[in-house]
Amino acid sequence: MKLPHKWFFIGLLIAGHSLCFAQQVQVVKFPALQKMMAQKGDTTLVVNFWATWCGPCVAELPYFEALNARYAQHKVKVLLVNLDFVSELKKKVVPFITKRRMNSSTVVLLDEPNYNSWIDKIDPDWSGALPFTVIINTAKNERKVFERAFTKAELENELKPFIQ
Amino acid sequence: MKQSVFAFVMAATLFTTIGFIQPKAGYQVGDKVMNFNLKNVDGKTVSLDGNSSVKGYIVVFTCNTCPVAQAYEDRIIALDKKYASEGYPVIAINANDAALSSGDSFEEMKKRAARKSYGFAYLTDETQEVAKTYGARNTPTVFVVKRSGNDFILAYTGAIDNNTQDATSATEKYVQNAVDALLKDKTVSVPTTKAIGCGIKWKKA
Repeated sequence: MKLPHKWFFIGLLIAGHSLCFAQQVQVVKFPALQKMMAQKGDTTLVVNFWATWCGPCVAELPYFEALNARYAQHKVKVLLVNLDFVSELKKKVVPFITKRRMNSSTVVLLDEPNYNSWIDKIDPDWSGALPFTVIINTAKNERKVFERAFTKAELENELKPFIQ
Repeated sequence: MKQSVFAFVMAATLFTTIGFIQPKAGYQVGDKVMNFNLKNVDGKTVSLDGNSSVKGYIVVFTCNTCPVAQAYEDRIIALDKKYASEGYPVIAINANDAALSSGDSFEEMKKRAARKSYGFAYLTDETQEVAKTYGARNTPTVFVVKRSGNDFILAYTGAIDNNTQDATSATEKYVQNAVDALLKDKTVSVPTTKAIGCGIKWKKA
C-alpha cells in the first residue's frame, strides 16, 4: 500500500508544479483591455499587440519579457495582448507561452474579431499591422505608439524617457 | 529587408520629428491606381487593363501562409463567384517574399489555387512593387477598383467583413456592400476599414 501512495504524491507534486508555472491567459473584451490600459498611478505600462503567427512579434517577445525584471524598480509593467483567434487559445497560445516560459508579463487574449470597432480607439494611425506597441505613463500624461518591431536596444531606448 | 528597414527608420525618424508616427503610404480612395502585369499561377500574365468587359476588380493582397488570409479564403472565393459575372472579378495577389516564406513560393501558390479550385487569377508580385505602390501592408487587404475609361479608380480599401474568425457572424460585409453600391452607381458608404493581418514579408535587400 505504501508504494502507490508515494507515487501518488510524487505525481501530485509534479502536476502541481507544472500547474504553478503554466501561464494563465485571460480572455478579454475591449472594454476590459481599455481599463487595463487606463490604469492610474506612476507605473509605466508597455502594451504589446502580438500573435503566435506573427514572426516579427515572436522574435521581439523576449525583449518585452525581459523588461519586467530589468526595470522592476522603475515600476514598469508589461501587458502582452494576444490576437490569435480565441479558438486557438488552448491549442496554440497557452502551449506557446508555456514552452517559452513567458511568466513575467500579463498575457491576455483579446477576443474582438470586429477589428474596426477598436483599432482606432487604440490609435487612429495604427493600420492594423502587427507588432504594435503602446507605452503609457498616466502620471506623466505620456503615451507613444509604435507600428514596428524592436530590437532589444531600441525597445529600451524608447522606454527610457518614460522612466526618467 | 535591410534597405526597407533603413528607409522605414529614416522615414519614421523624419515623421516623428514633425509629429506623425509614420507616412501614410499607398493609395487613398478616389486615387487612380497603377496598372500591373503579374504572373498568374497558370503561367500567363494578368494585367488590370487586360479585360475590357469588366466594370472593376476586387483586388485582394493575400497569401498561402497567413492564418487570417486562410480564414478568409473561402470568402474570397465566394466573392469571385458572386461578382465575377456582374463585372467585378477577384484578382488575388501574393506579395510575400518566397525566400522568407517558403510556403508562399510560386509552386505552393499553384498547389493552393488548384486544391481550392480558384476561379480567379492568383498572381505573384515578385518585385513587391504593386503591393508597395498600392499601400498593402497586411494580408488579406482588399482594394476594390472601378473602371473609368481606361483607368481604374480606388473605391474601397480594407477588410472583407467585420468578423475575421467567423463569416456567419459578420454583420458588416464591407467588400460586398462596396461592390453592391458601385453596381448601382451609388457612393460607397464605408470606403475604408482596417484589419489585423499578417504583415507582408518584404524582401531583404
